[in-house]
Amino acid sequence: MRRSGGMLALLAGAMLVALAGTAAAQQKEVMIGMQCDRTGATQITGVVLCPAMHDYYNLINAGGGVEGYKIKVDEIDNEYKVPSAVEAYQRHKQQGAVLMTLYGTPMTVALNQRLEEDHMPTTSPGFGISAAADGTRYPFLFPVAATYWSQGAAAVQFVKDKLGGNLKGKKIAYIFYDNPAGHEPLPIIEELQKREGFELRTFAVPPPGVEVGAQVLDITQRFRPDFIIDHLFGRSPSAAIKEFKRAGYPLSKVVGLVWAASESDIQAAGGFGVAEGYYAMQFAGAGDDYPVRHQIKDMYKKEGKEPFKGMDENTVYYNRGLLQAAVHVEAIRNALKANGGKQPTGDDIKKGLESIRGFTLGGLVPPLEIAPADHEGGGWVQVFQVKGGKFVKATDWMRAYRDVVDAAVKKSE
Amino acid sequence: MFHRESGVFKTSYAAEMALYPLPIAKWAVAAFAGLFIVIAPLTLGEYYISILNLILIACVGALGLNILVGYTGQISIGHGAFMSVGAYTAANLVTHLHAPFWITIPAGGIMAALIGAVVGIPSLRIKGIYLAIATLAAQLIIEWTINHVPAISGGVQASIQVPRPSLFGMQLRTQAQLYLFLMFFVVLAIVGTANLIRSRIGRAFIAIRDQDIAAEIIGINIFRYKLWAFAISSFYAGVTGVLYTYYLGIANYEQFQLTVSIDYLAMVIIGGLGSILGSIFGAVFVTLLPILTRWFLEDYGWLFFSQGDLLNAIPNLRLILFGGLIIFFLVVEPEGLNRLWRNIRNYFRVWPFSY
Repeated sequence: MRRSGGMLALLAGAMLVALAGTAAAQQKEVMIGMQCDRTGATQITGVVLCPAMHDYYNLINAGGGVEGYKIKVDEIDNEYKVPSAVEAYQRHKQQGAVLMTLYGTPMTVALNQRLEEDHMPTTSPGFGISAAADGTRYPFLFPVAATYWSQGAAAVQFVKDKLGGNLKGKKIAYIFYDNPAGHEPLPIIEELQKREGFELRTFAVPPPGVEVGAQVLDITQRFRPDFIIDHLFGRSPSAAIKEFKRAGYPLSKVVGLVWAASESDIQAAGGFGVAEGYYAMQFAGAGDDYPVRHQIKDMYKKEGKEPFKGMDENTVYYNRGLLQAAVHVEAIRNALKANGGKQPTGDDIKKGLESIRGFTLGGLVPPLEIAPADHEGGGWVQVFQVKGGKFVKATDWMRAYRDVVDAAVKKSE
Repeated sequence: MFHRESGVFKTSYAAEMALYPLPIAKWAVAAFAGLFIVIAPLTLGEYYISILNLILIACVGALGLNILVGYTGQISIGHGAFMSVGAYTAANLVTHLHAPFWITIPAGGIMAALIGAVVGIPSLRIKGIYLAIATLAAQLIIEWTINHVPAISGGVQASIQVPRPSLFGMQLRTQAQLYLFLMFFVVLAIVGTANLIRSRIGRAFIAIRDQDIAAEIIGINIFRYKLWAFAISSFYAGVTGVLYTYYLGIANYEQFQLTVSIDYLAMVIIGGLGSILGSIFGAVFVTLLPILTRWFLEDYGWLFFSQGDLLNAIPNLRLILFGGLIIFFLVVEPEGLNRLWRNIRNYFRVWPFSY
């Protein structure tokens, strides 16, 4: 008897799901294909960033969707592997996705040509190729966030401001992860060295980057720079913070680029107490002071659920997820407004992305101005400082040396 | 391969050497070729063909690695790097000289073969786990070189864009076109391997694997044949790299890192060492299993998890299931899927009158 009861429940459940499926099919929806990495090399980011995106889509859907359309998302974990990413892409395409987000530099690079062939607009904030800022050459790839080149330029500007507005004769150390992404800001910084006349020394940290003691000693004992630009990934930012601390170098003279800038890096270095003073560069606002985060918490409260834990544990990655999802929604909104509410195509959404302007989500998103020729949206960053147990704004949204960055984008053909 | 036979007694050397032991074998192979070359690309959707494409690329690499590991008994965990050698050779030839694919594919293979032969030199002195470490060093050195020499890597992000291959002025763009393109090389690889193994070189490889001292005593030049094994195997790896490059449209060093070498090693071990069919089984298994486990979890996961947890559970469970199934198949049949397949065949060969 009990078994048949269980079977009945199962059947009822299956029917419910089937019904829900058909009901959803009648609803007008826009499909977003989302790749994620919750298990691979960068899972520490993915486990926070991807739930954040879902939270934002849910928030939008709970509020009635976008212009009468619900947002449908399908997430596939690509394990930071190229074949998985190719399979996931094809599957999303088959399911009718008109907008995608890729995850990871090699996957973005590998799928780039397909995007163009399939007219599939795709965002890749913080991943992929700096040259993709040029929308005329990479028409369907949208870095959206500041590229490594913009970050390098902004970092130099930030250092200049901190050192009293003149870099002549000052010493700057650039410590970086020894892979192509780590090398990427170098040409910009070297160009600026000529212009600003500072002394530059570079220090490579070979993968996997957990051992940075030698480089840090070299920097702090021999080179003794006035400021350090830190472009490390994964485990190495926290290792570097620890070592700087041990060497007695003031962390208020270190600025970490965007992948050396999250709460998890600070926690792994021994907590906010240890990293007091450390500067962290962001392409989405950090911390909790944004209305959209409170809306999401309210949404959870209404449903009687606990908000996602990572929301407060790692505001940096969470907010980056929000930025990405919000840009998607905004693009869909623009596309629907422009085409009069028809089912949008990939080309519509591309135009929608390219008309994103003056959309800041209460300060969480920089003043992006995406244009057909500029898929980066201006290359805005904001520097935060570790102060009293959290990230505190140290600058406004800023960008710098655009001529140098633009020249690099042009030259990379 | 896919047929039942009994009472086959070979009475001549020619029969022993024959590629097809029975006429039915020929027909079975022809039927399979028809199924995969004509029917599959016409009937399957784009998504399924894209999965087949990934399998096809993996087949070439797995066949190559099996020549080295399965037939010659040498180990290599540097095959990912050999693939990148092929990929970057081809990418540079295309960007600088606009070379067509029928030049870049052999060129990428030959370049990888040369480097593979150099890496194989330590195999003359060391064996087993020691050789594994030596080839690991090759993986790291090649990766480092590609990363730090802009002349090879093309500068930004160490990646070079490559236009898709053209045939008679037509660019191969769709998944189905690329499928046939890749299939051509897979067939070449299978036929090449099958004949290589029946040749003097192949038999020397097997002799070295079974007992290298004995092989030397019967007059096999171990020095030469071990290097041949490395070169041929790396040639396949290089071709895999080029095919990968054409398929994706870009050469990028991160596609060929250490994990890729390990994946291919897993393919030949799971599929079955020293067998062509095993390499193919392995390529299919390792490529398809993660996809199938995800399909399964997406369809039935709601039985075990709430919707919210499911998103987190799928990728993690998928890894656990994948690992578990690999262990399961290796425990059930340590000699790989190929042996499992033969056991099934042997059972049905005499079915229903087994005695």
